[in-house]
Amino acid sequence: MSDIVVVRDLEKTYEGGVTALRRVSLDIRQGEILALLGPNGAGKTTLISCICGISQPTSGTITVGGHDTIADYRAARALIGLVPQEINLEPFETVMNTVRFSRGLFGKGSDDGLIERVLRQLSLWDKRDAKVMALSGGMKRRVLIAKALSHEPRVLFLDEPTAGVDVELRRDMWDTVARLKGEGVTIILTTHYIEEAEAMADRIGVIAKGDIQLVEDKETLMRRLGQKQMTIELHDTLSEVPAGLERYDLALGEDGHSLIYSYDTQGARTGITKLLSDLAAEGIVLRDIQTRQSSLEDIFVGLVREDAP
Amino acid sequence: MNLHAVAAIYRFEMARTFRTIWQSIVSPVISTALYFVVFGAAIGSRIDQVEGVSYGAFIVPGLIMLSVLVQSVNNAAFGIYFPKFIGTIYELLSAPASFLEITAGYVLAAATKSLAIGLIILATAFLFVDLTILHPVWMLGFLVLTCLSFSLFGFIIGIWAQNFEQLQLVPLLVVTPLVFLGGAFYSISMLPPVWQTITLFNPVVYLVSGFRWSFFGMADVALGWSLAAILGFTLACVALIGWIFRSGWRIRT
Ligand SMILES: Nc1ncnc2c1ncn2[C@@H]1O[C@H](COP(=O)(O)OP(=O)(O)O)[C@@H](O)[C@H]1O
Ligand SMILES: [Mg+2]
Repeated sequence: MSDIVVVRDLEKTYEGGVTALRRVSLDIRQGEILALLGPNGAGKTTLISCICGISQPTSGTITVGGHDTIADYRAARALIGLVPQEINLEPFETVMNTVRFSRGLFGKGSDDGLIERVLRQLSLWDKRDAKVMALSGGMKRRVLIAKALSHEPRVLFLDEPTAGVDVELRRDMWDTVARLKGEGVTIILTTHYIEEAEAMADRIGVIAKGDIQLVEDKETLMRRLGQKQMTIELHDTLSEVPAGLERYDLALGEDGHSLIYSYDTQGARTGITKLLSDLAAEGIVLRDIQTRQSSLEDIFVGLVREDAP
Repeated sequence: MNLHAVAAIYRFEMARTFRTIWQSIVSPVISTALYFVVFGAAIGSRIDQVEGVSYGAFIVPGLIMLSVLVQSVNNAAFGIYFPKFIGTIYELLSAPASFLEITAGYVLAAATKSLAIGLIILATAFLFVDLTILHPVWMLGFLVLTCLSFSLFGFIIGIWAQNFEQLQLVPLLVVTPLVFLGGAFYSISMLPPVWQTITLFNPVVYLVSGFRWSFFGMADVALGWSLAAILGFTLACVALIGWIFRSGWRIRT
């Protein structure tokens, strides 16, 4: 698969002096769903704004479909649909006209049949003649999506699309994204919700403090970092990990009442059998054993925390 | 050329105009009628004629200019300020449209509205005074050019403004005084010589003079100067807007 968006050494320092992106490089593959995961202020919106032409990069280059986003902005932007994080809509206009406007703005001739399909898919058709200001927050977000889809983009950016929306809309959103992927649209979404990235993405990028920490296939990421922990509750307390068990990745739990063993679920051997027999050999009596899967959420939190000063 | 974008913006803005059609038309018509009563009837009874034209008729071009200038600046300024204010500007900035196309959409819509208002005021004037227009094509040409150039100017004001106060400031503190001091209600020749010279630095003088010439065939300054002034002003505005979009000043973060 070829790369439809290529970001090279992108830096962005805002006028006030805040550096939001530090030499970011990112390749987005044609047809994939890429989730950008990062805490507030990580630079997700800034990255999208630079690609879409809303912010001016301080340095670096971006191409979309092979077109430079500055030198060849028309060709680049014609491929892009953007659903912004904030609900920015003209309040006094009807849904239909607002969506028609977007199509025209992106250089496409009017096609009410297509707009009808988009509105129907987003459960907005009944509201087509309603003024935007009369809609609920969730409906307004659907209008934003309809606007972005009205000009048939090849690359769709969804900036925190499910932040603060109801369950139904979130499910609709996931369906829409799956359908668009089926049509070959490349989708980049930013999110706080780990489940969202886990459920939808092909690849996951983690961004923190203006830096892309890693971009991995979701499966690889889960495997690479998907550790399990086994908590071994002890009959007697220990003051330290016994010397004979030092070769294991063991930590002493709170009050010395437990030992915590971390191991790789994907490894050839987990080492559990050997550990248990070595524990017995050390004369340690066990009371109970629990294991816990490290979820993507833990991975994410772990990654972001590692980066903290 | 992304003509679809120009058309989309134009239609969207005209729809806004039609949503508020009555406010758009009624207030300028009423204020013009008031000017006729105050200037035409009250002052006109003392100033009988200006260079052979009845005072009531003499002020018509100036009155139209006053409305058209203020309307053009206000309409265009609001047209681009509003997307900034409500955040929909993101879409304009991310669209495959050049600054000329975006500007054209907003400016043509603003100019259309102020042109319509100018013509309505002209029609209203016929109710109050006897009026003949010597050069109707020139008259329309001047009117259209004025609507366009001051809509361009308003567009710049709308980008510059960071709040509603600033948005009101320029029309109120700059445009209206320039029109009042620009010979809308008097002939420059009626001023003391020093003021005649000072007045020549007021660009509106050239507009009003040219516009009045198209009605009555008399002018304060040569017609060529009027045309040069308005074309120069238009080009300066386009150049400034081009720079604004290239630099992203006040619109791109
Ligand atoms: N228009 C702006 N002017 C100045 N600083 C900004 C602007 N937008 C964002 N920032 C700053 O840039 C950093 C990244 O913000 P943002 O890209 O919005 O992060 P995210 O979308 O990941 O929450 C933050 O420190 C934020 O305060
Ligand atoms: Mg954000």
